[in-house]
Amino acid sequence: MSFDLILQYLLSGITSGSIYAIVAIGFNIIYNTTGIINFAQGEFVMLGGMTAISLSPFMPLPAAIACAVIITAIVGALVELLFIRWLKSPSVLRMIIITIGVSIILREAALHIWDEKVRALRYFTGNECSSISIFGAYISPQVLWVLGACGAMVVLLSLFFRYTLTGRSMRACSANRVAAVLCGISVKNMVTFSFMLSAAIGAIAGCVISPLTQTHYDCGTPLAIKGFTVAILGGLGNSTAAVAAGLLLGIIEAFSISILPVAYKDVIAIMILLAILFFKPAGLFGSREAGALKEF
Amino acid sequence: MTRRSWAAVFAAAVLMMCSLSFAAKDAKPAKAAPAAAPAPAPAAAPAAEPIKIGAIFAVTGPAAFLGAPEQKTAQMLVDEINAKGGVKGQKLVLIIKDSQGSPEKAVSFAKQLIEEEKVFAIIGPSTTGETMRIKSICDSGKTILISCAAAEVIVNPLAKYVFKTPQKDSDAARKIFMALNKLKIDKIAVTSSNTGFGKAGKEQLEKIAPEYKVTIVANEVYEKEATDLTGVLTKIKAAAPGAIVNWSIEDAQSILAKNMKQLGFKIPLFQSHGFGNIKYVQLAGEAAEGIIFPAGRLLIAGVLPKDHPQKTLLEKYKSDYETKYKEDVSTFGGHAYDAITILAKAIETAGADKEKVCAAIEGFKGFVGTAGVFNFSATDHNGLDINAFEMLTVKGGKFVVYTN
Amino acid sequence: MSNIKRYLPLLVIAGLVIGIQLLVTLTGQKFYLTQLTMSAYYTIVIIGLCMLMGYAGQISLGHAGFFAIGGYVSAALTTADFYPLAHSCIGGLLVKIGWMSLGKDPYGATIANINPWLAFFAAIAVTIVIAYLIGMPVLRLKGHYLAMATLGFGSIIYKFVLGTRVFGGADGISNVPAFGLTAGLSVSGSMNARVSNYYIAWFLVLLAALLMHNLVNSRAGRALRSIHGNEEAAAAMGIDTARYKLNLFVVSAVFAAVAGIFLTHYNGGIGPSEASIMKSVRYVAIVAMGGMSNLWGAILASVTLNFLSLRGYFGSYDEAVFGSILVLVMLFAPNGILMKVDWLKRKLKK
Repeated sequence: MSFDLILQYLLSGITSGSIYAIVAIGFNIIYNTTGIINFAQGEFVMLGGMTAISLSPFMPLPAAIACAVIITAIVGALVELLFIRWLKSPSVLRMIIITIGVSIILREAALHIWDEKVRALRYFTGNECSSISIFGAYISPQVLWVLGACGAMVVLLSLFFRYTLTGRSMRACSANRVAAVLCGISVKNMVTFSFMLSAAIGAIAGCVISPLTQTHYDCGTPLAIKGFTVAILGGLGNSTAAVAAGLLLGIIEAFSISILPVAYKDVIAIMILLAILFFKPAGLFGSREAGALKEF
Repeated sequence: MTRRSWAAVFAAAVLMMCSLSFAAKDAKPAKAAPAAAPAPAPAAAPAAEPIKIGAIFAVTGPAAFLGAPEQKTAQMLVDEINAKGGVKGQKLVLIIKDSQGSPEKAVSFAKQLIEEEKVFAIIGPSTTGETMRIKSICDSGKTILISCAAAEVIVNPLAKYVFKTPQKDSDAARKIFMALNKLKIDKIAVTSSNTGFGKAGKEQLEKIAPEYKVTIVANEVYEKEATDLTGVLTKIKAAAPGAIVNWSIEDAQSILAKNMKQLGFKIPLFQSHGFGNIKYVQLAGEAAEGIIFPAGRLLIAGVLPKDHPQKTLLEKYKSDYETKYKEDVSTFGGHAYDAITILAKAIETAGADKEKVCAAIEGFKGFVGTAGVFNFSATDHNGLDINAFEMLTVKGGKFVVYTN
Repeated sequence: MSNIKRYLPLLVIAGLVIGIQLLVTLTGQKFYLTQLTMSAYYTIVIIGLCMLMGYAGQISLGHAGFFAIGGYVSAALTTADFYPLAHSCIGGLLVKIGWMSLGKDPYGATIANINPWLAFFAAIAVTIVIAYLIGMPVLRLKGHYLAMATLGFGSIIYKFVLGTRVFGGADGISNVPAFGLTAGLSVSGSMNARVSNYYIAWFLVLLAALLMHNLVNSRAGRALRSIHGNEEAAAAMGIDTARYKLNLFVVSAVFAAVAGIFLTHYNGGIGPSEASIMKSVRYVAIVAMGGMSNLWGAILASVTLNFLSLRGYFGSYDEAVFGSILVLVMLFAPNGILMKVDWLKRKLKK
């Protein structure tokens, strides 16, 4: 394989990996605060994209995205208030099933509010044909936007969790719930806030990947499955690890295409997931304690 | 344990009685099923017996881009026919069932429509998988089935009561190869999606390529939900084909077009007749310019010469559909249009007798439809040949006729 | 006397089954039997899953995969043409003992099909092997990781049947022949056999329920319940937790496979959608709605929801209704609808 072909596979891997990575970031926030894996995260991504697309004829793009993020965050809060708040120490199984049910409801609501047609946001810079050439290999500028958004979110989130009061309160909830309550932190509100934050991040992800992947009412589920594959791969709870794992998985998939038929690409991803689950469930970058599942 | 089980048994009995009585209500004749139909079918005329027509479409679910326009078209046509007094005075009652693309539901609905509603004919389903599962049910149940799905196997082996309205995949493939020959391209890469439509097209391309002296240097199948095809394209770049032929029916067609331009491909992109919806052009934007594909003439109805047999019909369908539903017309909805017009004409000719209607359809020659001009026969239950297709391309964001 | 009390719910269900059949036949509404039969087969999967999730506490988000393995292997073997083999000595022997039969295909050429019973046993054997292979590593995981792993395996099976030519790819396998059980009794979708197929299906449901009922009250069942309660304590008591969990996993897989085989012959075909993740999720959701370990609740929920869905009662809102019911039941009746009925009755008594 020539150098520029290898480079092209690499860039292709980064393209798909960035999509996985940005979806995965949202899982970790809810997981950290509550121990729940939110199977409805994919629908937040979808809702963000669809809302922005509906708003974009009426306002400039940044405003449409901002509104979409706010609306999705409100939806996230509603989901938490209506469905999660009531539960008293539910089992893992019950949580999984409730979030699956919520994702079905959100998806069908989207179907009946919009319709089944496929849409896309316009490219942030340039258009469908623009591409950046790097040593003979090409990549769309939108991918750089996705990577930039990933990076920005990871940095902002770590700053948020480290230096703001709310962030630290959320970390307290995740570390030890009872102690947090004793410190006067309203755990219930932290949980709601974590859902809002996760939904907002999902919405940003949805907007920024929409020109690449195209958005329709059905697009949330496959994204979510890839998203939490990557989140587990990196180690549940660690956003930076999720991004790294996402890019890594994307690159591995891209290079697998060079030797195997494309049809096996997804099977490779699942095999890697299964291997991690069996041999190192804490994820590539996770620690043993992080690997032990949190309680809600 | 006992109290729980008594509660179980009691609740079970109550629920079964309730659901049976609810279900009994919906078994009454002349009632449209609670589907997403915009207008309910009108009530039966007191004079003549209404003719019940069942329809199984994938209105929601993974094949919704097929089923939704088909359902809308079918409803619009039946309303129009009834407004004119029905077929020979008999009104049509359309019972639409949303199979959501699930073959099990299609089987269940087919049996429901045949046994309970006792429909005269079934229109649809939207996908090949569903059609194949109900083909023998309809044939042994002696109910006419006019499918809107594309695969050859639906009408070959022949079943007496089963017809289909979409064009032949092999004809579409031939049109593409003929264009390739004209452009003197003899090495192509084939990409297809892992759906029934994609698989059928891929097989036809592989089978017919040697006839036109074209070699397939790369042959890849991608996921239906694929969001990024740059990896596939990189592999294809290494094989250095003269053109790429893509056979799928989902929005991945647009993603492929965009990725090709982003990766700096300068070779032409051929699509299948699954590209027949202006939405795919809009999604691909500038990257759609120059895509070449075979399609029914619905998409270029405006530029057809005045004496073309299909012109009036196509323009009428286009303006009716776009006025009523405020969305662009697509060739997929056209398959339902053809199914209903063929059935209506056959009932008009032969009366409401299934055997006679089948014979009537087999006798139709020169029947003008949206997909082409149909010439049925006892051995050909599809009726379309290669002339149903016109090679189109995209210029300035619109479909135009392809001229070389 | 206590024996009858224990089996009373089963007898009542049997009574209901017979009663409904007589009712619909007398009122000339035999067509309901179709959806009731299909629901029955899905209920068998649910019963197996209920055993696994309720009594061993193991979530399986890939159970539709086992249904598909059973259905696909049986479909592929019964529709495959073994004509070239029929001439060899093994082939000749098989034809003599009736395990292979010669017939004609729609084009008039001679083909050789194997006896559906052979396909049945082959499908079950394949399922058992695959279930053991999957179960051994997977059952060591817990919680979300177990869910993800089963999801992953279900996904692999789905992609495998979707992408393999032998299994018909995206279109699946059609024209699966009837499965002749004994003289005169066969599993097929033909309209004359509606009543007999209804009874075959419900007989299997009752058999599955009986098996599960007995298992729960047996030594193995108590071992499983103790594992569910607290795995370490159970291990400390000397119970081989890994072996019990694995065996139960395989048994529930076999239930699903049997349902798959029979439904495939009834429907005359199978497609990749039967292996999809959404199907697995549906099964899990129905078990949860019935009350994780409540067999009768699971049967009730399964029959009701599947029946209404297959009849298209909710039209395009089918998924939305399903999701809503799921969430509502999980929020308000986490131990299943029946426990809620029980609770309501108790409240009313006060």
